[in-house]
Amino acid sequence: MLQVDCELCIGCGLCEESCPFDAIEVVDGCAVVGDNCTLCGTCVDACEVEALSIDEVDAPAGVNLDEWSGIWVFVECRHGEVAEVSFELLGIGRKLADDRGCGLSAVLLGHDVGVLSERLIAQGADTVYLVDRPELADYREDVYGQVLEQLISEHKPEVVLAGATAIGRSVIPQVATVLGAGLTADCTELAIRKEDGMLLQTRPAFGGNIMATIECPRSRPQMATVRPKVMAPLDPDKSRSGEVIRVDLDEAICASNIEILESVSDPQDQVNIQEFEILVAGGRGLEGEEGFTLVRELAEELGGGLAASRAAVDSGWIGYPHQVGQTGKTVCPKLYIACGISGAIQHTIGMRSADTIVAINRDTDAPIFDVATYGIVGDLFEVLPTLIEKIREARK
Amino acid sequence: MNIVVCVKQVPDTKDVRLDPKTNTMAREGVKSIMNPFDRHALEEAVCLKEAHGGTVTVLSMGPPQAADVLRESIACGADRGVLVSDRGFAGADTWATSYTLAKAIETIGGADLLLCGKQAIDGDTAQVGPGLAARMKIPYVTCVQKTREAGDDFITVERMMDDGYDVVRLPLPALLTVVKDINEPRVPSLKGKMRAKKATIETLSAEDIGADPNCIGLAGSPTQVVRVFSPEARGDREIFTGSADEQVQQLVDRLRVYL
Repeated sequence: MLQVDCELCIGCGLCEESCPFDAIEVVDGCAVVGDNCTLCGTCVDACEVEALSIDEVDAPAGVNLDEWSGIWVFVECRHGEVAEVSFELLGIGRKLADDRGCGLSAVLLGHDVGVLSERLIAQGADTVYLVDRPELADYREDVYGQVLEQLISEHKPEVVLAGATAIGRSVIPQVATVLGAGLTADCTELAIRKEDGMLLQTRPAFGGNIMATIECPRSRPQMATVRPKVMAPLDPDKSRSGEVIRVDLDEAICASNIEILESVSDPQDQVNIQEFEILVAGGRGLEGEEGFTLVRELAEELGGGLAASRAAVDSGWIGYPHQVGQTGKTVCPKLYIACGISGAIQHTIGMRSADTIVAINRDTDAPIFDVATYGIVGDLFEVLPTLIEKIREARK
Repeated sequence: MNIVVCVKQVPDTKDVRLDPKTNTMAREGVKSIMNPFDRHALEEAVCLKEAHGGTVTVLSMGPPQAADVLRESIACGADRGVLVSDRGFAGADTWATSYTLAKAIETIGGADLLLCGKQAIDGDTAQVGPGLAARMKIPYVTCVQKTREAGDDFITVERMMDDGYDVVRLPLPALLTVVKDINEPRVPSLKGKMRAKKATIETLSAEDIGADPNCIGLAGSPTQVVRVFSPEARGDREIFTGSADEQVQQLVDRLRVYL
């Protein structure tokens, strides 16, 4: 609860002004807290006479944070392939482990996936926990969750990282809930405090308008999902050595209520756009499916992926998995080329953390130019063919 | 089939930003809306009810004004609205939120099917759905793009994956989180609006749901926000001029590292 000391309060109203939620007001010279207070603490910082305070919460009895050590990475593997984000996690995981002076372990779940262990060691893992069972061939929330819960309770790592992907964001919240662990979603920055192992997890909130740093002071493990393409993987080093631990589990842990009837991967329409270094995106300005083929050609020429605004998806020019923005995916490529996308906030919150953004639009006032690194003002049907041609030339 | 849909009232994110001088959130003109993904969850629930019978209850945890989104849900076809509201819930992270919602669902008599939006647009965590299923000890799948078949004791759905989709069958009771591809939400009918106006929104407090004070609000939240700040502003931008050909040439010159 937010406490107001009416003896100290001078009724200046600074708290009222600072409150992001309109939850505090001065009545008869003293601050009064409303129902929509979220205990964000902004007013406590704003108060100049220290009249406001939030009750400190102590660690629950019986939790010994020091029992937990080591950094773990959940390796995501589907149809026999390790997701790129897992290597990125090993990259940042290695750094965190070195900063903290502890080991880095990879947890690999699947069937007939043992062959992948070596690569995980080459990319930074000291230890690979390998759970290789037929029940793990397909991703199923319950089995994957139960196995992770078991391993984490047994080995007590202080940090567990997973990719902020369809699988990572689906299974990890279940694990964190059961273990009573703090979990931060979709982190874009991670650091660790050497002294106490506190993981400083930074993520965008409110559609990227605000950044927040989050800690888990009272519980372990500290769990985080990490946005793909933000962290850098290490170059594979075959001379690195590590240990592969094959884990035997109780049959009961692999029991599932979920039946996978079919697992479809459609390379045409269902690609993970978060994994591309270069994305070419099309919007309403392309005027039709025909226009969209220009975007496809440019993407092909650059070896990049295809993205789209909601307008293009809703018009049926391309499938929903390609949609970037508030109700689509959040992407973070090195290069994002927005063609005929006006740049409404609902779109830009999904792509504005790209390293380089190119906007091509005929309307000089289109808001997409506000987030662009480079802008071309012109007719797409003239600009795109020229661009494709000039890229071809430049490559020669 | 008795369906419970969890909905959240969120600030319309496009209006939210930090004042760079004071580092506080500017709140003027920020509208409150129903989380867009939850709208699709509600629509799916109403469609399932229309096809199979049963009831649709919408549940929200939030301040008293969150009753607005429950009324809106009733206007769109829900039968009953329940608000869990208590000062003690303030500061809840996703762990404490899933606890609170699970207790509330228990209190109102459980559900055959629980539907949630994939994530809320203010926090973007996507954690409450799976967390809630874990609390209820029921199977779940996330990011459902289509309901293929629903029976008395099972449901078969398509779950969107990063590289395709899975067709998944799970026994009821179960929880699903949905993406926007699943349906096109209806607009409220006039009759629905009238009904919503007259409807009573039941309100439950922490005590009503028998919540452990150590598991709700700030005390029940393992994660704590220690700092908020504005994202780094982009560097200088360069808008080219000249003919299409000249502009493209300038761009290609600057993009050489990517070619």
